[in-house]
Amino acid sequence: MSSRAATLEAIRKNRPSGEYALPEVPVFAPLVGEDLVAEFGERLKRMGGRIAEPGSADPFEAVRERLKASKIVASAVPEIEGNRDLSQVAQPQDLADVDVAVVRAVFGVAETGSVLFTQDELRVNAVAYLAQHLIVLLDPADILVNIQAAYRRPEFGRAAYAVLHTGPSATADIEGVLIHGAQGVRSLTVLLMPRGAH
Amino acid sequence: MSADDLNLRSGASNRDGLIHPEVAKANDESERGQDGQRLTHAEGASRPISAAPKAAREPQPRGAKIRGDRPIDQAEAAERFLAAPLHQKAHDERLWDVRKKRDVATHGIPEWEELRELASAIKAHTLSRLDEYLEQFEAQAKANGVHVHWAADGAEHNRLVHRLLKDHGARSLIKSKSMLTEECGFRHYMAGTGIEVIETDLGERIQQLDDEEPSHVVMPAVHKTRLDVAEVFAKTMGTDPENDDAHYLAESQRMHTRPLILEADAGLTGCNFAVAETGTVVTCTNEGNADLSGNVPRLQIHSIGIEKLIPRTEHLGVFIRLLSRSALGSPITQYTSHFRKPRPGTEMHMVLVDNGRSERLGMEEFWTSLKCIRCGACMNTCPVYRRSGGLSYGATYSGPIGLIIDPTFNKRKYSTLPFSSTMNGSCTNVCPVKINIHEQIFAWRKVLAEEHQIPLLKQGMMKAAGQVLSRPAAYRAAIGAADSALRHLPRFAVYNPLNTWGKGREMPETPRQSFHAWYRQNRMGKGTGQ
Amino acid sequence: MRVGLFVPCYVDAFEPEVGIATLELLERLGLDVEYPFDQTCCGQPMTNTGCHAEAAATEALFVKNFTGFDYIVAPSGSCVHQVREHLTAIPQTPEVKAVRERTFELVEFLHDVLKVEEFPWAAFPHKVGYHSNCNALRGIGHARPSELNRPFFSKPLDLLAKVKGIELVEIARPDECCGFGGTFSVFEPAVSAKMGYDKVADHARAGADYVVSADSSCLMHQKGCAERLGVPLKFIHIARILNGAAA
Repeated sequence: MSSRAATLEAIRKNRPSGEYALPEVPVFAPLVGEDLVAEFGERLKRMGGRIAEPGSADPFEAVRERLKASKIVASAVPEIEGNRDLSQVAQPQDLADVDVAVVRAVFGVAETGSVLFTQDELRVNAVAYLAQHLIVLLDPADILVNIQAAYRRPEFGRAAYAVLHTGPSATADIEGVLIHGAQGVRSLTVLLMPRGAH
Repeated sequence: MSADDLNLRSGASNRDGLIHPEVAKANDESERGQDGQRLTHAEGASRPISAAPKAAREPQPRGAKIRGDRPIDQAEAAERFLAAPLHQKAHDERLWDVRKKRDVATHGIPEWEELRELASAIKAHTLSRLDEYLEQFEAQAKANGVHVHWAADGAEHNRLVHRLLKDHGARSLIKSKSMLTEECGFRHYMAGTGIEVIETDLGERIQQLDDEEPSHVVMPAVHKTRLDVAEVFAKTMGTDPENDDAHYLAESQRMHTRPLILEADAGLTGCNFAVAETGTVVTCTNEGNADLSGNVPRLQIHSIGIEKLIPRTEHLGVFIRLLSRSALGSPITQYTSHFRKPRPGTEMHMVLVDNGRSERLGMEEFWTSLKCIRCGACMNTCPVYRRSGGLSYGATYSGPIGLIIDPTFNKRKYSTLPFSSTMNGSCTNVCPVKINIHEQIFAWRKVLAEEHQIPLLKQGMMKAAGQVLSRPAAYRAAIGAADSALRHLPRFAVYNPLNTWGKGREMPETPRQSFHAWYRQNRMGKGTGQ
Repeated sequence: MRVGLFVPCYVDAFEPEVGIATLELLERLGLDVEYPFDQTCCGQPMTNTGCHAEAAATEALFVKNFTGFDYIVAPSGSCVHQVREHLTAIPQTPEVKAVRERTFELVEFLHDVLKVEEFPWAAFPHKVGYHSNCNALRGIGHARPSELNRPFFSKPLDLLAKVKGIELVEIARPDECCGFGGTFSVFEPAVSAKMGYDKVADHARAGADYVVSADSSCLMHQKGCAERLGVPLKFIHIARILNGAAA
């Protein structure tokens, strides 16, 4: 008997007695206030992320210093041109030297300060982890109230890869000392930039 | 007046909740946020805790002695952990801090107890139809272009993954933390194959480099001090042995591991949730290392315990809200990743592993332990775990959940573990899927006693106690016969010929007379009292 | 109302004054209390060690002693939890079930059944730290455990609030087990004692003069730990305070 058949047979033989109905999950009231942008920003900051409004003269004003100090910028958005073309990357390893990656989030989640990406926004998934710093463009209109609302979105059933980022890579495996940039990005900055505005 | 009216001294908040003031660290190295506030997300401590000044170097206590199938002596290993007070205090304080962060996070959600009920019911339902959900998951995954494999046990999982690696000519594998692969002994198996396995979670990497098992399901190296880590890294990565700065150590590891990640031919992750309707594997990490393992190498493998299934994506809206809050007091992990289809030009494999789970499903009193989502909340709250260290259990799963899972893997070897508990029930109350952990500990004791898996001495003492306590005359004789008997604690009271009570505690004073004697003397108008 | 007094073996042997206080208190409240003379133990030491067969005769004796009472009252949450939840080694006859259902711990009996409004004879002008026995707290529901997101309540603190002059102090880890754990205290003595040390240190640091509990077993263990450490804490059962003990 194959292991598949053996496992399924054992499960059927050992099925717990009794009926265990699948409960309906009620829609819970949002944990956050009405100003979703403010709530999102507060929570993102608590999770180690940064948040900024676009500057009036320079939309990227808040991260301009970071960009200036970077040798390699990989951009997946039309709002800014980088110097590493993600569509020309043959393999993820080619992104090892990226200083800053700029990507747009599908949506944000106010309850947690999270942003969602799929393979379409990232172009090359690994860029969101191999880059030293991540800059995320988020349309304030794309902020959902909570995680429950997020999981009603169709992306999770469609995307090959979908990921919620909440702040940067973090660890506190050594005596509880919180350190950003454990293996992935050292910082994550969200710029509240409407789609197609710049 | 009610309890709310009592004027409680506000001392506890002033004392910052510390009960080991000696582990309060003077300087604060944790990251600050955008507004300069101190951050405590992920597994960050809510205040600086440190084991030791350098001067007070204390060797790390090691775990339980493993001697084949012989019963683990958890008490012995725990005693050695307690004999290293710097480690023990920091460990206790650190995990209690996480428990408190959990309380704050969960008390902020009005529907918290309802979410636990829902999660528990969703898991019960899924487990009751696990065969159907597995078949649905498999069909979806295959339709997504994923190769699906089934492993009856840990050995088959290891052979299967090994063959996959060999077939792809892989020389190295990066992996994220997976308790399932720990359970399968995967790293030990791979050690003989010539294929290098690299753990990419910092805590897990520390443990791998120190050739030690993880001591906690979420914080694998929580029993180690920074000095221990500095020593391990100095030996294995050539860092400065005198530099125990946590940032230096973490950064050194990052720099050391990054090339290994880039060169790896394959990546492997565990699985927090497997969604049947979409064939999705969900991982929750703080470091982003599961995403590196899944998105950098050309061959991508996900090892999945068959109990990880949940029916639909919408159910993640329940479990994701519970997991990190229970585990760390953080609203969500930094990364919640959903792997569904292979990247263009790469291969994605999923291995569904049974390894005793289908058998456990048939254990009437214990099947609900399969609901566990490995958050570690029961460990953090367990007063015995915090004072013993996870390695004292000598098993993949330590702490309360370990006590009820481990005997299903090896009844003799882990026969002692259900006794390493006071059955205080805190574990049950923090469990996000409402496993009645302490009641299962109680039930396991009965099973083990009935199957003669408890020491003869212990069972003999209980038999003797039962005989004395069921016969009033014998009982009276035992406590009333002589003052000297009382002075040495009557056997009925401690059931222990070795007098272990007195090792750490003073004996109770012997009253002049028992209640029974007092009653006879004062209320029955006869007798003299003994 | 026929009330049977159950004096657990620890209380009988080591803290007879707790049994006396319980008896006197119930009598002060106008109850006619009987003490079945052939009582011994509830069977907990055996069942908690997994040895149910070995507990059967003791459980049968318990039921024999306490059959026929409207209420069975004991000054121990731990023993009452055993009777209510785990007295299952003998066939569950209607007689056995009745005894199990009618067994109450003293605090809940005063709070829920008698609904006592005042203890005019009770005054205890001291700083007190309250210790919840785990079975009393999480097993029979003395109070809202800190783990749960439910409204706060505490039956023992409600009762203590009716005692003149008492001042409660808050400890850092209010619901943490003190490490007694029945036979755990002798089979895993090192961890048990360490938990006790931490518990009494917590009380001492909070400024308590007395530790109060509804369970003598926890108090005996903590007292032994405090004496070993040289921590100058005193320990007293809640029955004695409610019965008007001065100190």
